Amino acid sequence: MAADSEFHVLAVDDSIIDRKLIERLLKTSSFQVTTVDSGSKALEFLGLHEDDGIINTNTPSVSPNNHQEVEVNLVITDYCMPGMTGYDLLKKIKESSSLKNIPVVIMSSENVPSRISRCLEEGAEEFLLKPVRLSDLNKLRPHMLKTKIKDHQEPEKQDKEEKQQQPQSNNNNRKAMEEGISTEKIRPRLNGITAMV
Amino acid sequence: MDVVNQLRRQFVDYSTSLHREGILDDQFTQLQKLQDENSPDFVVEVASLFFEDCEKLINNMGRALEQQQGVDFKQVDASVHQLKGSSSSIGAMRVKNVCITFRSFCEAQNREGCLRCLQQVIHEFSLLKNKLQTLFRLEQQILTAGGSIPVIE
Repeated sequence: MAADSEFHVLAVDDSIIDRKLIERLLKTSSFQVTTVDSGSKALEFLGLHEDDGIINTNTPSVSPNNHQEVEVNLVITDYCMPGMTGYDLLKKIKESSSLKNIPVVIMSSENVPSRISRCLEEGAEEFLLKPVRLSDLNKLRPHMLKTKIKDHQEPEKQDKEEKQQQPQSNNNNRKAMEEGISTEKIRPRLNGITAMV
Repeated sequence: MDVVNQLRRQFVDYSTSLHREGILDDQFTQLQKLQDENSPDFVVEVASLFFEDCEKLINNMGRALEQQQGVDFKQVDASVHQLKGSSSSIGAMRVKNVCITFRSFCEAQNREGCLRCLQQVIHEFSLLKNKLQTLFRLEQQILTAGGSIPVIE
């Protein structure tokens, strides 16, 4: 089983306290973490220029272990941020051909159903209510695993699977937020992944 | 070892009272659980960041509410929103609850109500800061005496 320390999470939050907290939570869960305090810094780190959407291969954060820019396996972002909101960041990531496969998770201190729906519809994998708990982070690993497994599959197959599962998972997440049910109980996709692993 | 046990009991009693009085909630316990050998000062570090942040926000609110030309309630609300978030993240329940009321007064553009809430925030913040510093001191005493800090569920 691949070590979890291979998973690198980019955490975005304008609050220094929340950044410290999410960093500790992620490290305790054995993820590698980078924290930034804004959406624009997040895009910079991901190598995306806001205007032209082209990866800048000259980013200073190139890992010495590979020839590509630093691999980010998941972006977890606060919703309410000055300037670029978490929703704006989510949109930019999903609209980018190079970044759209990176799973994005939104965090918010406010339980607003319309906000949650909007984010899930835009492609967020999860919507977590703050304060985030260690148990919430258990929901992240499957999304990162899915991306790693996808990398070994044919592109056509991936798209079909995504289209089939997307609406279902959105409904489940919304349901989960409103009814407090664990998403893991009602997500058949998860069982499929477990079987493969 | 009797000194250590005494200190540990003091710590448990003090911690329990803070929870009972609603000064701290379960989120603070979650923070304590995140502290380990890899991050031995985690709680103190988060608390310090919170104290700094809180003071800055209180000053912002005070300044905004003092504007004679007209109070920018959106600005006040933005600071209260931030404080509500941080206090929630650290488990400062009473501070958080004042913020909730505070936000309603901002929405209603009620300057008097806002000023009252600001006073309450200042009061609750001072109380929390003192109590947490006492708690941290107790922890230090236990460690210095060679004991370990009790885990409270």
